[in-house]
Amino acid sequence: MSDAVKLFKAPIRLEYTIPAGRATSRFCRGLASGRLYGQRCPECKKVNVPPRGACPTCGVPTEEEVLLPDSGTITTFCIINIAFAAQALELPYACASILLDGADSTLFHLIQEVPVAEIRMGMRVRAVWAENKLASLEAIRHFKPTGEPDALASIEGHF
Amino acid sequence: MSDVLTAPYVLEYTYKRSTGPIIGRFFSALRDRRIEGVRCKSGRVLVPPQECDPETGESLSEFVSVGPAGVVTTWAWEADPRPKHPLQTPFAWALIKLDGADTALLSVVDVPTESTMKSGLRVRPRWRAERIGEMRDIECFEVAT
Repeated sequence: MSDAVKLFKAPIRLEYTIPAGRATSRFCRGLASGRLYGQRCPECKKVNVPPRGACPTCGVPTEEEVLLPDSGTITTFCIINIAFAAQALELPYACASILLDGADSTLFHLIQEVPVAEIRMGMRVRAVWAENKLASLEAIRHFKPTGEPDALASIEGHF
Repeated sequence: MSDVLTAPYVLEYTYKRSTGPIIGRFFSALRDRRIEGVRCKSGRVLVPPQECDPETGESLSEFVSVGPAGVVTTWAWEADPRPKHPLQTPFAWALIKLDGADTALLSVVDVPTESTMKSGLRVRPRWRAERIGEMRDIECFEVAT
Protein backbone atom coordinates (compact mmCIF):
# COMPACT_ATOMS: atom_id res chain seq x y z
CA MET A 1 0.00 0.00 0.00
CA SER A 2 1.29 3.45 -0.83
CA ASP A 3 1.85 6.12 1.80
CA ALA A 4 -1.05 7.71 3.68
CA VAL A 5 -2.47 10.84 2.07
CA LYS A 6 -1.27 14.00 3.82
CA LEU A 7 -2.07 16.72 1.27
CA PHE A 8 -4.75 17.49 -1.26
CA LYS A 9 -5.11 20.09 -3.94
CA ALA A 10 -7.63 22.84 -3.18
CA PRO A 11 -7.18 25.43 -5.90
CA ILE A 12 -9.34 28.53 -6.10
CA ARG A 13 -9.80 29.86 -9.61
CA LEU A 14 -11.82 32.90 -10.62
CA GLU A 15 -12.28 33.68 -14.30
CA TYR A 16 -13.19 37.27 -15.05
CA THR A 17 -13.84 39.35 -18.13
CA ILE A 18 -12.61 42.82 -17.33
CA PRO A 19 -13.90 45.87 -19.21
CA ALA A 20 -11.06 48.37 -19.50
CA GLY A 21 -13.26 51.48 -19.36
CA ARG A 22 -13.33 54.19 -22.02
CA ALA A 23 -10.09 56.02 -21.12
CA THR A 24 -7.99 52.86 -20.82
CA SER A 25 -9.56 51.47 -24.01
CA ARG A 26 -8.44 54.59 -25.91
CA PHE A 27 -4.98 54.29 -24.34
CA CYS A 28 -4.76 50.60 -25.38
CA ARG A 29 -5.92 51.33 -28.94
CA GLY A 30 -3.26 54.05 -29.08
CA LEU A 31 -0.64 51.49 -28.07
CA ALA A 32 -1.80 49.21 -30.91
CA SER A 33 -0.99 52.02 -33.33
CA GLY A 34 2.32 52.85 -31.64
CA ARG A 35 1.16 55.95 -29.76
CA LEU A 36 1.02 56.83 -26.08
CA TYR A 37 -1.94 58.93 -24.97
CA GLY A 38 -2.37 60.56 -21.58
CA GLN A 39 -5.19 62.74 -20.27
CA ARG A 40 -4.83 66.26 -18.85
CA CYS A 41 -6.78 67.21 -15.73
CA PRO A 42 -8.87 70.36 -16.30
CA GLU A 43 -8.15 71.52 -12.72
CA CYS A 44 -4.54 70.73 -11.81
CA LYS A 45 -3.39 70.50 -15.48
CA LYS A 46 -1.37 67.37 -14.72
CA VAL A 47 -1.10 64.75 -17.46
CA ASN A 48 -1.89 61.24 -16.29
CA VAL A 49 -0.69 58.16 -18.16
CA PRO A 50 -2.11 55.56 -18.33
CA PRO A 51 -5.29 57.67 -18.25
CA ARG A 52 -8.14 56.54 -16.02
CA GLY A 53 -10.87 58.93 -17.09
CA ALA A 54 -10.57 60.88 -13.86
CA CYS A 55 -7.77 62.77 -12.15
CA PRO A 56 -6.40 60.76 -9.22
CA THR A 57 -5.58 64.01 -7.38
CA CYS A 58 -8.66 66.15 -8.07
CA GLY A 59 -11.23 63.42 -8.71
CA VAL A 60 -12.72 65.30 -11.67
CA PRO A 61 -13.40 63.67 -15.06
CA THR A 62 -10.56 64.04 -17.57
CA GLU A 63 -11.35 64.41 -21.27
CA GLU A 64 -8.44 66.22 -22.93
CA GLU A 65 -6.15 63.76 -24.67
CA VAL A 66 -2.41 64.42 -24.86
CA LEU A 67 -0.10 62.57 -27.25
CA LEU A 68 3.11 61.77 -25.41
CA PRO A 69 6.54 60.82 -26.74
CA ASP A 70 7.85 57.33 -26.04
CA SER A 71 10.85 58.64 -24.13
CA GLY A 72 11.12 59.34 -20.43
CA THR A 73 13.13 59.13 -17.23
CA ILE A 74 13.34 56.33 -14.65
CA THR A 75 11.99 57.55 -11.31
CA THR A 76 12.41 54.29 -9.44
CA PHE A 77 13.06 50.65 -10.28
CA CYS A 78 13.12 47.11 -8.97
CA ILE A 79 15.49 44.26 -9.87
CA ILE A 80 13.87 40.83 -9.83
CA ASN A 81 16.34 38.17 -8.66
CA ILE A 82 14.05 35.42 -7.44
CA ALA A 83 12.35 32.84 -9.67
CA PHE A 84 8.55 32.53 -9.49
CA ALA A 85 5.82 30.41 -11.08
CA ALA A 86 4.81 32.56 -14.07
CA GLN A 87 8.28 34.01 -14.68
CA ALA A 88 8.81 34.64 -18.40
CA LEU A 89 12.15 36.49 -18.44
CA GLU A 90 15.66 35.45 -17.59
CA LEU A 91 16.83 36.56 -14.14
CA PRO A 92 17.87 39.08 -13.08
CA TYR A 93 15.70 41.64 -14.82
CA ALA A 94 14.35 45.05 -13.94
CA CYS A 95 11.04 46.88 -13.91
CA ALA A 96 10.85 50.63 -13.53
CA SER A 97 8.49 53.51 -13.06
CA ILE A 98 9.05 55.75 -16.07
CA LEU A 99 8.06 59.41 -16.20
CA LEU A 100 7.33 60.00 -19.88
CA ASP A 101 8.39 63.42 -21.16
CA GLY A 102 5.40 65.71 -20.72
CA ALA A 103 3.59 63.41 -18.26
CA ASP A 104 3.04 63.91 -14.54
CA SER A 105 2.45 60.30 -13.56
CA THR A 106 4.63 57.28 -14.17
CA LEU A 107 4.21 54.20 -16.33
CA PHE A 108 5.49 50.84 -15.12
CA HIS A 109 7.44 48.74 -17.61
CA LEU A 110 10.48 46.53 -18.21
CA ILE A 111 13.97 47.92 -18.68
CA GLN A 112 16.15 45.79 -20.98
CA GLU A 113 19.26 45.98 -23.18
CA VAL A 114 21.35 47.17 -20.22
CA PRO A 115 23.03 45.30 -17.33
CA VAL A 116 20.71 45.61 -14.33
CA ALA A 117 23.57 47.00 -12.22
CA GLU A 118 23.70 50.08 -14.47
CA ILE A 119 20.01 50.97 -14.07
CA ARG A 120 19.55 54.09 -11.94
CA MET A 121 17.10 56.81 -11.02
CA GLY A 122 17.26 59.62 -13.56
CA MET A 123 18.33 57.31 -16.40
CA ARG A 124 16.86 58.30 -19.77
CA VAL A 125 14.97 55.57 -21.60
CA ARG A 126 12.92 55.03 -24.75
CA ALA A 127 10.28 52.44 -25.69
CA VAL A 128 11.17 49.49 -27.91
CA TRP A 129 7.93 48.65 -29.71
CA ALA A 130 6.79 45.17 -30.65
CA GLU A 131 6.38 44.38 -34.34
CA ASN A 132 2.84 43.13 -33.85
CA LYS A 133 1.30 45.65 -31.51
CA LEU A 134 -1.55 44.39 -29.35
CA ALA A 135 -3.98 46.81 -27.75
CA SER A 136 -2.16 46.48 -24.44
CA LEU A 137 1.09 47.52 -22.75
CA GLU A 138 2.64 44.49 -24.44
CA ALA A 139 2.72 46.65 -27.59
CA ILE A 140 5.89 47.99 -25.96
CA ARG A 141 8.40 45.17 -25.52
CA HIS A 142 10.44 47.11 -23.01
CA PHE A 143 12.27 50.40 -22.52
CA LYS A 144 15.99 50.75 -23.13
CA PRO A 145 18.52 53.46 -22.24
CA THR A 146 18.86 56.29 -24.78
CA GLY A 147 22.42 57.16 -23.78
CA GLU A 148 21.43 60.76 -23.00
CA PRO A 149 22.79 62.34 -19.79
CA ASP A 150 20.79 61.48 -16.65
CA ALA A 151 17.90 63.81 -15.83
CA LEU A 152 17.52 63.49 -12.05
CA ALA A 153 16.22 67.05 -11.69
CA SER A 154 13.31 66.37 -14.07
CA ILE A 155 11.88 63.68 -11.82
CA GLU A 156 11.99 65.64 -8.57
CA GLY A 157 8.85 64.95 -6.58
CA HIS A 158 8.18 61.68 -8.42
CA PHE A 159 9.94 59.22 -6.10
CA MET B 1 -20.46 49.91 -25.06
CA SER B 2 -18.66 48.83 -28.19
CA ASP B 3 -15.81 51.31 -27.72
CA VAL B 4 -14.74 49.66 -24.47
CA LEU B 5 -12.16 46.87 -24.68
CA THR B 6 -12.45 43.81 -22.51
CA ALA B 7 -9.86 41.25 -21.52
CA PRO B 8 -9.94 37.87 -19.83
CA TYR B 9 -8.43 37.81 -16.38
CA VAL B 10 -7.80 34.73 -14.26
CA LEU B 11 -7.14 34.89 -10.55
CA GLU B 12 -5.90 31.57 -9.25
CA TYR B 13 -4.58 30.37 -5.91
CA THR B 14 -2.99 26.95 -6.37
CA TYR B 15 -3.33 25.87 -2.75
CA LYS B 16 -2.46 22.49 -1.35
CA ARG B 17 -4.01 21.81 2.03
CA SER B 18 -2.93 19.33 4.67
CA THR B 19 -5.53 16.71 5.48
CA GLY B 20 -4.73 16.05 9.12
CA PRO B 21 -4.65 12.44 10.34
CA ILE B 22 -8.38 11.66 10.13
CA ILE B 23 -9.22 12.98 6.64
CA GLY B 24 -5.80 11.69 5.52
CA ARG B 25 -6.87 8.18 6.44
CA PHE B 26 -10.34 8.72 4.89
CA PHE B 27 -8.72 9.82 1.59
CA SER B 28 -6.20 6.95 1.70
CA ALA B 29 -9.12 4.51 2.03
CA LEU B 30 -10.92 6.10 -0.96
CA ARG B 31 -7.81 5.40 -3.01
CA ASP B 32 -8.35 1.71 -2.12
CA ARG B 33 -12.09 1.91 -2.95
CA ARG B 34 -13.12 1.84 0.68
CA ILE B 35 -15.14 4.35 2.68
CA GLU B 36 -14.36 4.79 6.35
CA GLY B 37 -16.12 6.68 9.10
CA VAL B 38 -15.20 7.32 12.69
CA ARG B 39 -17.14 6.21 15.74
CA CYS B 40 -18.10 8.78 18.39
CA LYS B 41 -18.26 8.12 22.10
CA SER B 42 -22.03 7.79 21.79
CA GLY B 43 -21.61 5.03 19.20
CA ARG B 44 -22.71 7.14 16.22
CA VAL B 45 -20.60 6.78 13.09
CA LEU B 46 -19.61 9.99 11.31
CA VAL B 47 -18.95 9.94 7.54
CA PRO B 48 -16.89 11.78 6.48
CA PRO B 49 -14.94 11.28 9.72
CA GLN B 50 -14.12 14.16 12.03
CA GLU B 51 -11.16 14.66 14.36
CA CYS B 52 -13.30 15.57 17.35
CA ASP B 53 -16.56 14.27 18.80
CA PRO B 54 -19.17 16.92 17.93
CA GLU B 55 -20.91 16.34 21.29
CA THR B 56 -18.04 16.00 23.76
CA GLY B 57 -15.08 17.49 21.88
CA GLU B 58 -12.96 14.40 22.60
CA SER B 59 -10.45 13.19 19.99
CA LEU B 60 -11.77 10.40 17.80
CA SER B 61 -9.74 7.54 16.33
CA GLU B 62 -11.94 4.41 16.02
CA PHE B 63 -12.38 3.90 12.29
CA VAL B 64 -15.31 1.90 10.91
CA SER B 65 -15.82 0.66 7.36
CA VAL B 66 -19.14 1.82 5.92
CA GLY B 67 -21.08 1.43 2.69
CA PRO B 68 -20.08 1.44 -0.02
CA ALA B 69 -23.83 1.58 -0.85
CA GLY B 70 -26.29 3.81 0.93
CA VAL B 71 -29.51 5.79 0.58
CA VAL B 72 -30.23 9.32 -0.58
CA THR B 73 -31.59 11.39 2.30
CA THR B 74 -32.13 14.60 0.34
CA TRP B 75 -31.14 15.97 -3.05
CA ALA B 76 -31.23 18.89 -5.48
CA TRP B 77 -31.36 18.64 -9.27
CA GLU B 78 -28.67 20.28 -11.40
CA ALA B 79 -30.28 20.69 -14.83
CA ASP B 80 -27.53 22.77 -16.38
CA PRO B 81 -24.07 21.66 -15.21
CA ARG B 82 -21.30 24.23 -15.37
CA PRO B 83 -17.78 23.46 -16.68
CA LYS B 84 -16.27 22.72 -13.26
CA HIS B 85 -19.13 20.54 -12.03
CA PRO B 86 -18.28 16.87 -11.39
CA LEU B 87 -20.57 15.67 -14.19
CA GLN B 88 -21.33 17.33 -17.51
CA THR B 89 -24.79 15.80 -17.94
CA PRO B 90 -27.71 16.78 -15.67
CA PHE B 91 -27.24 15.19 -12.23
CA ALA B 92 -28.35 15.42 -8.60
CA TRP B 93 -26.42 16.82 -5.67
CA ALA B 94 -27.30 14.51 -2.83
CA LEU B 95 -26.73 13.76 0.82
CA ILE B 96 -26.15 10.02 1.05
CA LYS B 97 -26.29 7.99 4.25
CA LEU B 98 -24.02 5.04 3.68
CA ASP B 99 -24.79 1.65 5.23
CA GLY B 100 -23.45 1.68 8.79
CA ALA B 101 -23.18 5.48 8.96
CA ASP B 102 -25.27 7.86 11.06
CA THR B 103 -24.48 11.01 9.06
CA ALA B 104 -24.82 11.73 5.35
CA LEU B 105 -22.05 12.41 2.86
CA LEU B 106 -22.42 15.10 0.19
CA SER B 107 -21.86 13.75 -3.31
CA VAL B 108 -23.52 13.62 -6.71
CA VAL B 109 -25.80 11.01 -8.25
CA ASP B 110 -25.71 10.21 -11.94
CA VAL B 111 -29.24 9.33 -13.03
CA PRO B 112 -30.81 9.76 -16.47
CA THR B 113 -33.72 11.95 -15.36
CA GLU B 114 -34.82 14.02 -12.41
CA SER B 115 -37.84 11.74 -11.96
CA THR B 116 -35.49 8.89 -10.99
CA MET B 117 -34.37 10.81 -7.91
CA LYS B 118 -36.15 10.37 -4.62
CA SER B 119 -35.30 10.32 -0.94
CA GLY B 120 -34.61 6.72 0.03
CA LEU B 121 -33.13 5.86 -3.39
CA ARG B 122 -30.45 3.22 -2.96
CA VAL B 123 -27.13 4.18 -4.55
CA ARG B 124 -23.57 2.93 -4.75
CA PRO B 125 -20.33 4.70 -5.61
CA ARG B 126 -18.80 4.71 -9.07
CA TRP B 127 -15.05 4.84 -8.51
CA ARG B 128 -12.70 6.85 -10.64
CA ALA B 129 -10.30 4.59 -12.55
CA GLU B 130 -7.21 6.51 -11.40
CA ARG B 131 -7.55 7.33 -7.72
CA ILE B 132 -5.11 9.61 -5.93
CA GLY B 133 -6.64 9.93 -2.47
CA GLU B 134 -9.14 12.77 -2.63
CA MET B 135 -12.91 13.28 -2.61
CA ARG B 136 -13.18 13.01 -6.40
CA ASP B 137 -11.96 9.41 -6.23
CA ILE B 138 -15.70 8.84 -5.93
CA GLU B 139 -16.70 9.94 -9.42
CA CYS B 140 -20.36 9.93 -8.39
CA PHE B 141 -23.02 7.61 -7.04
CA GLU B 142 -25.33 5.60 -9.27
CA VAL B 143 -28.50 3.61 -8.69
CA ALA B 144 -27.71 0.33 -6.92
CA THR B 145 -29.18 -2.64 -8.76
